[in-house]
Amino acid sequence: MANLAETQTTEGVPVANDDIPQAIRIAAERVSVFYGEKQALFDVDLDIASHSVTSLIGPSGCGKSTFLRCLNRMNDTIEGCRVAGNIKLDGVEILSDALDVVQLRARVGMVFQKPNPFPKSIADNITYAPRIHGLATTKADFDAIVERSLRRAGLWDEVKDRLDEPGTGLSGGQQQRLCIARAIAVQPEVILMDEPCSALDPIATARIEELIDELRQEYTIVIVTHSMQQAARVSQKTAFFHLGILVEEGETEQIFTAPRDERTQDYITGRFG
Amino acid sequence: MTDIATTVPRPLADADSAARIERRYRQERRFRRIGLAAICVALGMLAIMLITIVSNGYTAFIATEVAIDVTFDPAEVDPDGTGDPAVIGRANFQGLTRNALRAYFPDVSGRTDRRDLNKLISVGAPSTVRAALLENLDWMGTTQTIWVKAGADFDSFNKGQIPRDVPESDRRVNDNQVSWFDQLAANGRVEKRFNGTFFSSADSREPEQAGIRGAVVGSFFTLIVTLLLAFPVGVMAAVYLEEFAPKNRWTDLIEVNINNLAAVPSIVFGLLGLAVLLNLFGLPRSAPLVGGIVLALMTLPTIIIAGRASLKAVPPSIREAALGMGASPLQTVTHHVLPLALPGMLTGTIIGMAQALGETAPLLMIGMVAFIVDVPGSFTDPATVLPVQIFLWADAPERGFVEKTSAAIMVLLAFLITMNLLAVLLRKRFERRW
Repeated sequence: MANLAETQTTEGVPVANDDIPQAIRIAAERVSVFYGEKQALFDVDLDIASHSVTSLIGPSGCGKSTFLRCLNRMNDTIEGCRVAGNIKLDGVEILSDALDVVQLRARVGMVFQKPNPFPKSIADNITYAPRIHGLATTKADFDAIVERSLRRAGLWDEVKDRLDEPGTGLSGGQQQRLCIARAIAVQPEVILMDEPCSALDPIATARIEELIDELRQEYTIVIVTHSMQQAARVSQKTAFFHLGILVEEGETEQIFTAPRDERTQDYITGRFG
Repeated sequence: MTDIATTVPRPLADADSAARIERRYRQERRFRRIGLAAICVALGMLAIMLITIVSNGYTAFIATEVAIDVTFDPAEVDPDGTGDPAVIGRANFQGLTRNALRAYFPDVSGRTDRRDLNKLISVGAPSTVRAALLENLDWMGTTQTIWVKAGADFDSFNKGQIPRDVPESDRRVNDNQVSWFDQLAANGRVEKRFNGTFFSSADSREPEQAGIRGAVVGSFFTLIVTLLLAFPVGVMAAVYLEEFAPKNRWTDLIEVNINNLAAVPSIVFGLLGLAVLLNLFGLPRSAPLVGGIVLALMTLPTIIIAGRASLKAVPPSIREAALGMGASPLQTVTHHVLPLALPGMLTGTIIGMAQALGETAPLLMIGMVAFIVDVPGSFTDPATVLPVQIFLWADAPERGFVEKTSAAIMVLLAFLITMNLLAVLLRKRFERRW
């Protein structure tokens, strides 16, 4: 745990290669997650900076996805899962029972590993969340949301003539961009991405990575990835998890060039994981 | 194992392994032949069954009819000259019909012979004549040729089911009757016609008057009750157990019991219906309402199990997607999961309903085995259902019911095949690959 205290020192320091002042959007304190008897995450302290991309890396089963799913309480849906600690989104405790997860998830969107568009039309995929959250009423409003979201996700030109066709008929990369468009349709503050490119080919991956970089202007993005190159390419901050412990976090450049912890060093040089 | 890490070129298989390969091929061929034989046996049995049923039953769709010349004498039919259908309807049509037949055979005399002669035409003939007159009141005072059903034995005789070349004592029709019948036939007064009665009337003691309409309508009412009870309850139970219930010992227990329930012999449900619905709650006996409730209990496990299976088949990624964008658990289920699972649930329901349609045993317990000559008009009228009707007719001693039994089986099979086809089409149409 010694290195945990150490990593806290980077808190609040402006990002070196970016002029956006670094406010803290999400502050996690001593987050532990239990699946039944088994503890999957041990006292994780991690701050997520606003308008930046934070990547969570680590070997399989290290708890990075588990941590990600705490941020919009998706772990609630897992039977026997218990989360302890505090996570504050803009100063509001999100782990409290009083918090409405529906409201939380409207502010913290999520993109999953496997593209999972609804088996409905492309337009319906986009308008579903605005509809259930009551963000629009007229058809014109919905049309505007569809166009804006698809443009933002760089998908508009490819699908504008077939908005009524099923979203499941798109290619894998297009499906994933549709899922991103769907997530940003409700104008969330944070977008969580759980290995969004692991099911895609390199070209589709490159498009998604470009998109992530653009979205950083408006949204706070947390991405779990298995690819260290991807983490290095898209993120400003990186957190390395190992065996349920947050081993090290900091500026991406620092993590990849001068890791403080030996385990981080071993992982990024490919000695394990 | 042979060592394959060698650089010396050598044949792919030596003598030993060649023999082994040959043996493997032989095994494979044998396995395929056995599989093919199994399918042939199954198809053959099915074919034998269908051929037997159809060859026994197709004659029930045609009936022998006899033409008689009925004289509607106003003095007899409507002595007061009222012209009122109600008065005319009360006339002695049996006498009219018998006179018409007797007029054709003037030399038949004596009680026994006359009674034998009357058997040539169905006991339902007077009502056929009555209905014909009431439809054409201007027939009054004229003589009309009316086709009426032949008696059941003569119907069978005409279809060759009662052989002609056996001693008189072994035959249900005597020599006199045969000669009269032949005389009618020679004059073109006997014809085989489409048997509308079979589809338009309910059960009867007389084979030529018996039809399946009562049973079909009874089955319809019963299945409506079953569907209205079993579908909503089954779907709700499946959705709750699959999507909302916590996974603990209680839900495990419930799951095991639902599976057990599916394996309970159907007659037990009949006993339950008898003990609880009839004796405790005093619901009417023989009613489609009670039959439907009993069959709903029997069908429920099928629908729940099929429903849960189709809910399980909806990929979790859809649920995650919906939950992840802030849909409530209920919205996730009603907007996404249920619509995707519904075709599967409907398929399961149709198959469950087909099972219920073919079920006999539990209905015997609640009195749906009664002999009922009226077509039921409501859910509480005494009724019978198709399989029970088949059971009743199979039990009847008259020769004429043999073909009726097979014909009713054909009708039941037609309904079952239609329902199963619907289930298959539904599955094909909405099948989704993830």
